[in-house]
Amino acid sequence: MLNKFPLWKNILIVLVIAFGFIYATPNFYPPDPAIQLSGQSGAMVIDDSVLQKVEGALDEAGIDYFDGQADGESLLVRLQDINLQLRAKEVIQAEMGGEYIVALNLAPTTPDWLSSLGGQPMKLGLDLSGGVHFLLEVDLASAVAVRLEGDLQEIKTVLREERIRYRSFELKGNQIIGQFRDVEQVKKATALIRNSYRDLLPETTPGQNPLSLVLNLSIAATSIIEDSAIKQNLTSLRNRVNELGVSEPLVSRQGKNRIVVELPGVQDTAEAKRIIGKTANLEFRFEAQGKSGERFEFKTPRGQGPEAELEKKAIITGENVTDAQPSFDQNGRPQVSITLDAKGGWQMGHATRDNVGRRLGVLFIEYKTKLEKTVDENGELVITPVPYIEQHVISLATVQSQLGKQFVITGLEQRESSELALLLRAGALAAPMYIVEERTIGPSLGADNINLGVKSVTVGMAMVLLFMVVIYRAFGLAANVALTMNLLLLVAFMSLLGATLTLPGIAGIVLTVGMAVDANVLIFSRIREERNNGATVQGSISAGYDRAFVSILDANITTLIVALILFLIGSGPVQGFAVTLSIGILTSMFTSIVMTRGLVNLVVGGRKIEKLWI
Amino acid sequence: MTDLKVYNFMGIRKYAVIFSAILLSVSAWSLYTQGLALGLDFSGGTQIEVGYEQPANVGELREKLAAAGFDNPVVVHFGSETDVLIRLQGEPDQKLAEQIVEVLKGDDQQIELRRVDYVGPQIGEELREDGGLGMLTALAVVMLYVAIRFQLKFSIAAVLALVHDVVITLGIFSLARFEFDLTVLAAVLAVVGYSLNDTIVVSDRIRENFRKIRKATAIEVINESLSQTLWRTINTSVTTMLVLLALFFIGGELIHNFAIALMIGVGIGTYSSIYVAATLMLGLKVDREDLLEQVEGELVDDLP
Repeated sequence: MLNKFPLWKNILIVLVIAFGFIYATPNFYPPDPAIQLSGQSGAMVIDDSVLQKVEGALDEAGIDYFDGQADGESLLVRLQDINLQLRAKEVIQAEMGGEYIVALNLAPTTPDWLSSLGGQPMKLGLDLSGGVHFLLEVDLASAVAVRLEGDLQEIKTVLREERIRYRSFELKGNQIIGQFRDVEQVKKATALIRNSYRDLLPETTPGQNPLSLVLNLSIAATSIIEDSAIKQNLTSLRNRVNELGVSEPLVSRQGKNRIVVELPGVQDTAEAKRIIGKTANLEFRFEAQGKSGERFEFKTPRGQGPEAELEKKAIITGENVTDAQPSFDQNGRPQVSITLDAKGGWQMGHATRDNVGRRLGVLFIEYKTKLEKTVDENGELVITPVPYIEQHVISLATVQSQLGKQFVITGLEQRESSELALLLRAGALAAPMYIVEERTIGPSLGADNINLGVKSVTVGMAMVLLFMVVIYRAFGLAANVALTMNLLLLVAFMSLLGATLTLPGIAGIVLTVGMAVDANVLIFSRIREERNNGATVQGSISAGYDRAFVSILDANITTLIVALILFLIGSGPVQGFAVTLSIGILTSMFTSIVMTRGLVNLVVGGRKIEKLWI
Repeated sequence: MTDLKVYNFMGIRKYAVIFSAILLSVSAWSLYTQGLALGLDFSGGTQIEVGYEQPANVGELREKLAAAGFDNPVVVHFGSETDVLIRLQGEPDQKLAEQIVEVLKGDDQQIELRRVDYVGPQIGEELREDGGLGMLTALAVVMLYVAIRFQLKFSIAAVLALVHDVVITLGIFSLARFEFDLTVLAAVLAVVGYSLNDTIVVSDRIRENFRKIRKATAIEVINESLSQTLWRTINTSVTTMLVLLALFFIGGELIHNFAIALMIGVGIGTYSSIYVAATLMLGLKVDREDLLEQVEGELVDDLP
């Protein structure tokens, strides 16, 4: 019972301390305010010549900068004064023009030797950095409905071409239902559909009306449509976010039908919301001729026109648009020049070849939500969001000649044309989306939260340190060293793992500080007890650590279980709490058991001591 | 031999039972009749925080908003006289926040939009379900763990003590009409963790003493164990309370309720690990026989 650690244990402690210092250090270097510039398309080369232009503009505006760096894809210029960041952005944007994306950024100042070891500062959550968080729900049912509507129109055409006569063919819910006059025609139509439309499964239930044909979309096809709708929406959102010029945006899928968008450090939140929240699409349709079409309101900048009647089937949609730029025609009226992808260009050419002289309508579709108030059976007011679609025709122009990959849309206001161009360029949405959660945190609130958090950690920590010394004297000091190390290790692990620090996360750190000493309290109480029971100094230390270990382990494992569950059910900030709590529990086990033991062994181990300062 | 003072904790267990019963029934009554004051996270709606340069008069602001056509706006100070929180059951309109800032700006006052939160009704409902489910899962998993590590009676006592703590913490939140949001849910789960910590340390000692002290009644063993762990229980509660006080006074308005929930929970948890869990074990007639079945070799009895 000499209370000596083998050499490897002491080396391990030293190594862990070194690890803690190295990986916690990057957090002590405050980041520089910076401006980041990148091109709108990946093909643009951003090299030193671009950098010189940017620096020239800053010189001219009298804004101090340093350490400008261009790497071919983007460039970064650091500023001395954070208050000049917005102005610098404006100056650079004005100089470089619209084809460059200029973003505000906070550039880390981690020294090279640290970053070469993988050291990086902790990521800050939105509640600390300020920014916008959106949760969008994708209306998958309507993506499926769009596909079915397209199939329906095609089937009708094919049936007519094949001279299979039907009474009616229409979409009811998720089913395409056809009515026929005789069984022979039903059989022919069924065979045709089985051959050409493998995703549509004819329903065969005994006893059904033999003159009707019910078609269901297969489950596999439905899930493919849903999946690609989400993916398409993700891509569109990413493009739009890039247009906003935000550094380190997050756009990712959550669950089956939701998308999270997080834009840290966004200053102009209203603009961000307008662009993200705008869920618009375009459809190009011919004006209806005789046949039943759909009627839409006709809205032009000069006011509302008469209604326009368009065909039900779209020639192309916004998905086929590869580029769109606002420009002006010869008379100085705003227009949007549109470039289509190969498929879209072919379809457009094919459709307009035989239809020169007909009028082509551009249908603008916006997906919106309104809250509907209803009173349920208990007399309580229930508010449910009801998605609805607003559609209107923005232009109806005569096709002068066969259209190809490039053409223009006229009849817009200037503001409309630039916004439409942006939305088209950034990609259309395959399915409508609705904002179901939004959180905007102003930058000053974020900074306040950091200050408050750091302050409460400091004060809480100081009080605990004082308490431990008063109660456990020399051993209290050992516990305090361990507690400080615990905080350091916690920060180091969070930084290394790239975990995000949130305000509840800071609360978790504070709580960890309070609870981490529990292990030491347990051990020290046990040592005191053993002493009181007449054990020797060395014997009581050894027994104290050994006996307390089982309790500490059980207690911490159960807390870890609770933290894990919290992580699984929580979202953003609360997950931050769960993460700091879990990491804190693990690091505290090491510091309060192994590290304090090492310290105690170093001081009293192997000596003859009559009195313990505990 | 030992100079440890053994307190007769279990002697007053009747009073503890009455005390707990009163707290529990008041909590349950309040939760049943008026429920929790659900925060935005769970109720859904829109909430906007603005900062003024001078202290703001919330009454005036409320009238202003009502006059501008907003439905029943709730306007309160948030943390300080210059901070105002506005809650609306409004639509998630694109321009809502700007409209409100426009209305509130008034004549000469500069205001700053600090925060806008909108939570759709369906999200609030999902969070309510997930939260309740999480709580039940946590209790079930913990019960299983304690049953494996200790013994079923310990496990039942520990989980009932946890339920006791959670119900009373929620009850106080309901009675005082403190807002219950996601951070408070996190705090309540942390209370589960903390209180369990306490209960396990006590149970551990009870188990150890049952094996060690052969000639004693269950009450004597429990009293001895509680007395032995008393200082540890108190000291840990004190350090945790110290940091919670720091959070409460310095941490800012956003984690105010988080700190309150934990303070209540730590207080109740400390009480329950001494009185409730042990009383329940006695009620379940825990004795040496229960622990002899599973002899684990990890505790070596090396005392003379």
